[in-house]
Amino acid sequence: MTISEYIELLFNDYTLRTITLGTAILGAVCGMLGSFAVLRKQSLLGDAISHAALPGIAVAFLITGAKDSNTLLLGALISGLLGAFWIKSIITKTHLKSDTALGLILSLFFGVGMLLLTFIQKQPNANQAGLDKYLFGQAATLLEKDVWFMAIVTSVCLGVLLLFWKEFKLLLFDPDYTKTLGFNIKFLDTLITSFIVAAIILGLQTVGVVLMSAMLLAPAAAARQWTNSLAIMVALAATFGAFSGVIGTGISASYPNLSTGPVIVLVASVFVIVSFIFSPGRGLLFKEIRFRKNRNDLKLHKTLSFMYDIAKNHDDISHPHTVKILNNFQGYTKKSLHKLEKENLIVLIGSNWSLTEEGFFKAKNLYNQHIETND
Amino acid sequence: MTSAQIEIQLIACIVAIACAIPGVFLVLRKMALISDAISHAILPGIVVGFFVTHDLSSPLLIIFAAFTGILTVFLVEFIQKTGLVKEDTAIGLIFPALFSIGVILIAQNANDVHLDIDAVLLGELAFAPFDRLELFGTDVGPKSLWVIGTILIITLSLLITFFKELKVSTFDAGLASALGFSPVVLHYGLMTVASVTTVGAFDAVGAILVVALTIAPAATAYLLTKDLKKMLFLSVGLGVFSAISGYWLAHGLDASIAGSIASMLGVVFLSVFLFAPSTGMISVMYKQQRQKIEVLLLTFLLHLKNHKEKKERHVNHLGEHINWQKSQAKSVLELALKNNMIVINDDIASLTEKGNVFTENAINYITDHSEEAIEEMKKDFFLFRG
Repeated sequence: MTISEYIELLFNDYTLRTITLGTAILGAVCGMLGSFAVLRKQSLLGDAISHAALPGIAVAFLITGAKDSNTLLLGALISGLLGAFWIKSIITKTHLKSDTALGLILSLFFGVGMLLLTFIQKQPNANQAGLDKYLFGQAATLLEKDVWFMAIVTSVCLGVLLLFWKEFKLLLFDPDYTKTLGFNIKFLDTLITSFIVAAIILGLQTVGVVLMSAMLLAPAAAARQWTNSLAIMVALAATFGAFSGVIGTGISASYPNLSTGPVIVLVASVFVIVSFIFSPGRGLLFKEIRFRKNRNDLKLHKTLSFMYDIAKNHDDISHPHTVKILNNFQGYTKKSLHKLEKENLIVLIGSNWSLTEEGFFKAKNLYNQHIETND
Repeated sequence: MTSAQIEIQLIACIVAIACAIPGVFLVLRKMALISDAISHAILPGIVVGFFVTHDLSSPLLIIFAAFTGILTVFLVEFIQKTGLVKEDTAIGLIFPALFSIGVILIAQNANDVHLDIDAVLLGELAFAPFDRLELFGTDVGPKSLWVIGTILIITLSLLITFFKELKVSTFDAGLASALGFSPVVLHYGLMTVASVTTVGAFDAVGAILVVALTIAPAATAYLLTKDLKKMLFLSVGLGVFSAISGYWLAHGLDASIAGSIASMLGVVFLSVFLFAPSTGMISVMYKQQRQKIEVLLLTFLLHLKNHKEKKERHVNHLGEHINWQKSQAKSVLELALKNNMIVINDDIASLTEKGNVFTENAINYITDHSEEAIEEMKKDFFLFRG
């Protein structure tokens, strides 16, 4: 299937269109809110909450006895929030650290959820089949109304985010200052945590409990590498998330036996790897290049200063010396000599070198913080 | 009890003990979530190992998976060292990616692999007794009992041999390396044990509940004691208790055994979290409440001491001057009266002799921290104890 065929299919096929739209919206909202989670050092909150949502789904089913996805998601939301606030109270009220609190809530809630799910499965009610799709997610079950629901939640999130942008930004980088300015940081904190929980719950149906945390984290971690501005980071993360959704859905639709959730996560991971390596400011590749360049510069400087030490003992600084003198000094290569010549710092004649005026001046002031001007 | 029931409980207990021991060190080293990461990330290792061995409880599979676990730790540390993201983000990026690879591998080979993600993630203890190990033609017990039993023996012997080293490196990594134990070797050793235990246990209780068995007993024990040896014994005890009571809960509800064990762990943790004598929520809140009132009382006594005028010492004046609410003012007054600090005549409060001395001592304590002056008062008040 070529790309153009795929795009044509995208417009004609109801299921594919719905799923693509759904995963794109999900990726965008997760990227947007994930940026806050990553910057607040709550990266793994997503993992904990997505697991903590499971008992809520089971309890909602037990109470209503129906498989209406909205009530189930409401149950998930409540138990997710319960988990989030319990984590918070463990961290603030006891000496247990955040990693322990997250791991505890994650595994304990999930265990209760498993208990309830297996209990439900034994009930004489034919309706219960398919509850476990929330474990691993099934993008294929997305309906148009689900996508509408996602779109509405996303726009509410976006609206509130824009409304409280200044406050959230302040809270993110300096909570104490925010408090002294008189903002209600408890309210803001609860608001942003609730939105993160809501985004996670939205994704459960599509990518499932286990992989939800990556949806939240990966686009944000990738976006972080390209910018130091919060607004750009949020926008970039939303874009990365949306593209992961669209590309992941495309790949999984084009091959048999590929579930959508894991493919989306892998696509998002590719975004992360590419960002880690190729981002201009922080990326590993450019860091390495800069590192090498600095090392070469340092070597050139060393060579130059060695030459200066020799030349300063002569009345004529441009007196030629043989290259052989440099032999007991390890810092030079043919290449570095040519480079020095190219920068007009030395002159090479045959196997002799001599410092230029400019080279002598530069070498003299190499380690001098206050460079004297020559004129 | 049938023999199968006894065997299931035995396996559950041994899994609980084997998980609890590395769990204590993971919790103390603030690396609890690495167990979550390992338990998910070993999936591709298990799948590849399964392609090779075609046997879910083969020792080779454990080696494959343990290798993947260590690879996970290595990758997390590699990403962390680049400084591009924080440690928790590094964990959150690595394990879903590896898990996804595992899921896709299973789905791609669904036809020739009898391996279910549900089985890996959730496990089923109830079936463990049916997979028997036969040695020289005789039945020697369930296979998973032997696997996890061996792991437990190795863990225990490592723990006893390297207890001192582990202890020092956990609480003071700098001292440990100064004394000549390599923190890196200990770190990776612990990670290897954690990986191997996770792999050995996932077959019985599933990947996610391994996390519960690893973290929950250790965290609960940590709330109850600050002594490493006591913490180890307590977490083993709590793990075994939850394993057995969880089994009977599952038996009663006809539900997943692993799920019930985790739920029991949750119940145990919740009750300790709420009711632990000195670190529990209730005692912490009670203490905070007491301290708040005591601070108020002190403020009130200082106020009385500073003002001789009747107007300032009128009971109703408290609300106006120090901005207290009625109930708050009342509880402070009652506390002061109960301790014979003040007397009230015609709604005018004045310090008694005892109250006067107390206030003076308190001022001394606050200004120059002379501990001796308040030895007597410590009996009555929380405030000066810490």
